[in-house]
Amino acid sequence: MIVKYTLPARILHWLTALAIISAFALGLTTGGMEGFSLQKLQLINYHKWIGITVLGLVAIRLLWRLSHRPPALPANMAKWERQGAHLAHMALYVLMFAVPLGGWLYSSAKGFPVVWLGLVKLPDLMEKNEALAHTIKEMHELGAWVLIALAVAHAAAALKHHFIQRDDVLKRML
Amino acid sequence: MRQTALILALLASTGLAHAAPADPSKSSLKFAFTQMNVPVEGQFKKFAADVAFDANKLDASKVQIAVDLVAADAGSSDANQAMQMKEWFNTAAYPKATFTATQFKSLGAGKFQAMGQFGLKGKTAPLNVAFTVKPEATGQWFEGNFPLSRLAWKVGEGEWSDVGAVADAVQVKFKLFVPK
Repeated sequence: MIVKYTLPARILHWLTALAIISAFALGLTTGGMEGFSLQKLQLINYHKWIGITVLGLVAIRLLWRLSHRPPALPANMAKWERQGAHLAHMALYVLMFAVPLGGWLYSSAKGFPVVWLGLVKLPDLMEKNEALAHTIKEMHELGAWVLIALAVAHAAAALKHHFIQRDDVLKRML
Repeated sequence: MRQTALILALLASTGLAHAAPADPSKSSLKFAFTQMNVPVEGQFKKFAADVAFDANKLDASKVQIAVDLVAADAGSSDANQAMQMKEWFNTAAYPKATFTATQFKSLGAGKFQAMGQFGLKGKTAPLNVAFTVKPEATGQWFEGNFPLSRLAWKVGEGEWSDVGAVADAVQVKFKLFVPK
């Protein structure tokens, strides 16, 4: 009998995973597009919409996580493995907040408000500031790369548990 | 001396009010629109406005404005470059937008309407602009705003004619100070 994560926890996990991958792919795509085109304008806006969605999902996830204890890790894990897993999870949570917030901050610094789904205008986090915008963009990009690298490591660890240790770590999230 | 007299005589005969250029340091010409429902503000950084306006002599009043579209700022370097392109202002062929008016009417309470001709991207068409006038000891303030249909002047052609991406209505906001 596997003790799984609660259903809302599982749904939120996979939704955020999907949203983060989409936002990252869109960010990479638009970052490489020269000049200004209708498609670029649209993709940038989709990127922002998804990023804000990640922020909302993660806020709900954190509240859920704090009020619902996750299933215990398998007994065969070494102490450093447990600590590493906890540290990685914490870092993932921090970045899942920091990266979208950084994007929102960057949008404000560039003088473009974020209008989520083209419907909800979010408040600007700062005044327009071109010089600072450049630095914020670099931090946002760096954060996104670290987030993706951690997510890849996180997925690799889950696969290692599943195929090498043959324990229930991955199945708890399915 | 004779020349001055001649000019005075000419002025008297035509009855034109004294034309003066607007003070660029106190004047501004801004625009606002939405792209994917995101409000964007920009401004025309370079323009010349010659104004001869006398509220008591509307028949003799005249305004002539030329906007240097190359110096338009739409909020980001990407957009500023795009604006110069053929689909947008096509500044290589049409570097300036112009507004000329010699007909005015009073709307009451310090408000007036200029009935002029607006030229943009090779098309000139009538355009009425309402404005307020505030006289001061050193000159006059002219202020107003009006919506402009970008598509009526083919600003944003091809894929950019999609009003879902960039709205058709562009709000133009002006503030001119014309010294005496």
